[in-house]
Amino acid sequence: MALLATMAPGQAARIEAVGGERSFRRRLMEMGFLPGTQVRLVRRLALGGLLELEVRGGHVNLRIDEAAALQVQPL
Amino acid sequence: MDASSTDRRPLVALAGNPNTGKTTLFNRLTGLRQKVGNYAGVTVERVAGECALPGGTKVQLLDVPGAYSLAARSREEELALQCVAGVAGEPRPDAIVLVLDATQLSRNLYLALQVLELGTPVVVALNMADQLAKRGERVDVAALERELGARVVLVSALHDRDFTSLLECVAEALAGDGGPKGEGRQDGNDARSPRRALPRELEADLAQVARCVPESWSLGSNARARAFAEWALLSVEERDELEGVPPDLRARALATRQAAAQGGRSTDDELIAARYAWIDERMSGFVVRASPSRTASERIDAVLLHPLLGFGLFLGLMVVVFQALFAWSDPLIGLVEGAMGHVGDAARSILPAGLFADFVVEGVVAGVGSVVVVLPQILLLFFFIGLMEDTGYMARVAALMDRVMRAMGLSGRAFVPMLSGYACAVPAILATRTMERRRDRLLTMLVVPLMTCSARLPVYTLLIGALWPPVVVAGFVPVQGLLMAAMYLFSTLVALVAAAVLSRTLFRGQGAPLILELPAYRAPHWPSVLGMMGQRASSFLREAGGVILACTIALWFLLSFPKDEAAQARHAQTVVAAATLPEAEQASAVEAADARLASDSLASSWGGRFGHAIEPLIEPLGFDWKIGVGLVGAFAAREVFVSTMGVVYGIGGGVDEESDTLREAIKAEAHADGRPVYTPLVGLSLMVFFALACQCMSTLAAIKRETRSWGWPVFLFVYMTALAWVASFVVHQGGLLLGL
Repeated sequence: MALLATMAPGQAARIEAVGGERSFRRRLMEMGFLPGTQVRLVRRLALGGLLELEVRGGHVNLRIDEAAALQVQPL
Repeated sequence: MDASSTDRRPLVALAGNPNTGKTTLFNRLTGLRQKVGNYAGVTVERVAGECALPGGTKVQLLDVPGAYSLAARSREEELALQCVAGVAGEPRPDAIVLVLDATQLSRNLYLALQVLELGTPVVVALNMADQLAKRGERVDVAALERELGARVVLVSALHDRDFTSLLECVAEALAGDGGPKGEGRQDGNDARSPRRALPRELEADLAQVARCVPESWSLGSNARARAFAEWALLSVEERDELEGVPPDLRARALATRQAAAQGGRSTDDELIAARYAWIDERMSGFVVRASPSRTASERIDAVLLHPLLGFGLFLGLMVVVFQALFAWSDPLIGLVEGAMGHVGDAARSILPAGLFADFVVEGVVAGVGSVVVVLPQILLLFFFIGLMEDTGYMARVAALMDRVMRAMGLSGRAFVPMLSGYACAVPAILATRTMERRRDRLLTMLVVPLMTCSARLPVYTLLIGALWPPVVVAGFVPVQGLLMAAMYLFSTLVALVAAAVLSRTLFRGQGAPLILELPAYRAPHWPSVLGMMGQRASSFLREAGGVILACTIALWFLLSFPKDEAAQARHAQTVVAAATLPEAEQASAVEAADARLASDSLASSWGGRFGHAIEPLIEPLGFDWKIGVGLVGAFAAREVFVSTMGVVYGIGGGVDEESDTLREAIKAEAHADGRPVYTPLVGLSLMVFFALACQCMSTLAAIKRETRSWGWPVFLFVYMTALAWVASFVVHQGGLLLGL
């Protein structure tokens, strides 16, 4: 298991677990971040402190610390 | 809001995820026949329009707020369900047009399933299928229709010339013939909606909750009751902001979810996973896929989100926006001012001279003028914001600015309201409506009025022009320009610090975590951009117009009454005496007498007396009672300070901030002992006061409306005015100590 923040841009991973506060977690899952789903780290926004992720064809930004709610297995 | 009594046309709701082209489609279908209002109890705009079906039937089209899911936690999110399902006061739609983005099909289908479960006839408008084709992919429409149990029409909201086939399907759906053509569905399900296999315990939970769904919601349909049960299980929690949920349903959903949690199950996980399992099983049948490729958007973002280049381009764009707000809007503002001047003159020439003419010209016309004079900047500002939103760049701006804004306890989404604040706080306060959490919204609303809005500009221009010479320092830097820039920087820093302080005290606790979707870039759709510009401008006029007008009129009364009879008698004598003077001198003597009368009348008016009364309070800041009168005048709208000072110094109210006569009067103004009233230090103290004080009734009225309480506007007024007093005190007394 790993965190998205430790991955290299362009790398893909499978989501293992989704944590976090209920409404955040629910919204993440509703947007497609479900256990078993593949995500790709598109880029890190150095000045923005964000991670841009691709999930189910969509691009979604999460803050680096808040993205720790997603536990992943790099592929 | 009550559409049913006045309006017998069928209601069609247009629903979909954000960024699916829903609003573009709405604009295309309704043209300019739109009605903007507010939903009851919340300040989300309710946009409805009229649209004619091929048979000639007219339907009412409702633009449902974009959502990723019907599940809700806040009152604002709850609206999507209420509009789509037609519960809790919203009229029930006769049909729903569901806009799906073909390039984001699997995530969009999540919302689609929730909507279909409600059993209202649905027509799916599959948008951006042309984009998919460019990638070499194709949607199997027949498969989608079969599985969803609804008609699917390929559209391009942006490029299609007509939407006849979509509208024909809507007509069919309204006529009760909405199912897909071809063989019937295999599973023999009574509901039209797709049926999903769920874990047995979850089925039992849902059945339990469904029994608490009121008849007025379920309309006797089991499938619909189940759909509401799913919604309640996902949405209700101990401390949510939902208002329309029946108490029985709320209690049952909470109890059922807790019981499941004690058994080690999460109903959230099971419900969401079941929907995605249904989607994932079928996705390969829906989209015929070529090999995935890096999209155009990703290539553009490699530049626009580049750590250095991206930030540089963003700053460049901001410079252009500012240039537009302050330089390009000038001729337009001149036109508006000129036009209002003509209207005033015309009124003077028609009306008999006297109190009523004064009221019309100095109260009503001036009031309308101070409202419309802000319009050019507001239109320009919303042109840029609309353009940035329509192309998809706005989400990138929120991403670029998130770190800075977060350090201040705000989110990246607060950037647009803050930017709008440079034009006017009222539209900026309206722009906070896009923020999800009440805490984030309130915090943003409380700091936006600190930004240097355009009404402060004339005050700064007047004072800087009067008190600092137009010289250049360090070879090329003009002192006056430097001071102006410093005032902008000062207000921006104060706003950010205020946000940081408020977020660590009054609004302690985390803001909402950020989930920021980056939509694909697209060429701007000009009618949408212009339509948004018009909509925002009209909501500014609605929100601020009346207040500014009323204040200007009230102010005119305060500064005109009671009449000073002694001064009027003196004035009459002077005019009589002037008749004996040589003809060349008569006009100027009368003019001087008029100005003198205006100045005397002001001094004895209620406003003038108030200025005297507050003199001890503002004296430590370096202000005399005449400036006090100007501050009272500025309360209606800051720029009124300039014309009030014109009256105070006996020049007349028709001056503007570029007026040399007014500048000379300011320089010449002296205390009784001969010291000048205005030193550069007093000017600085006065500008700081204007930067920080809450002298804007329409801002307070807008915040009252948005928060539905008097508490927040009172808080805003007190904290800003106290801050202004303290800061001006420090500037003036500190400056005196330093011997300035």
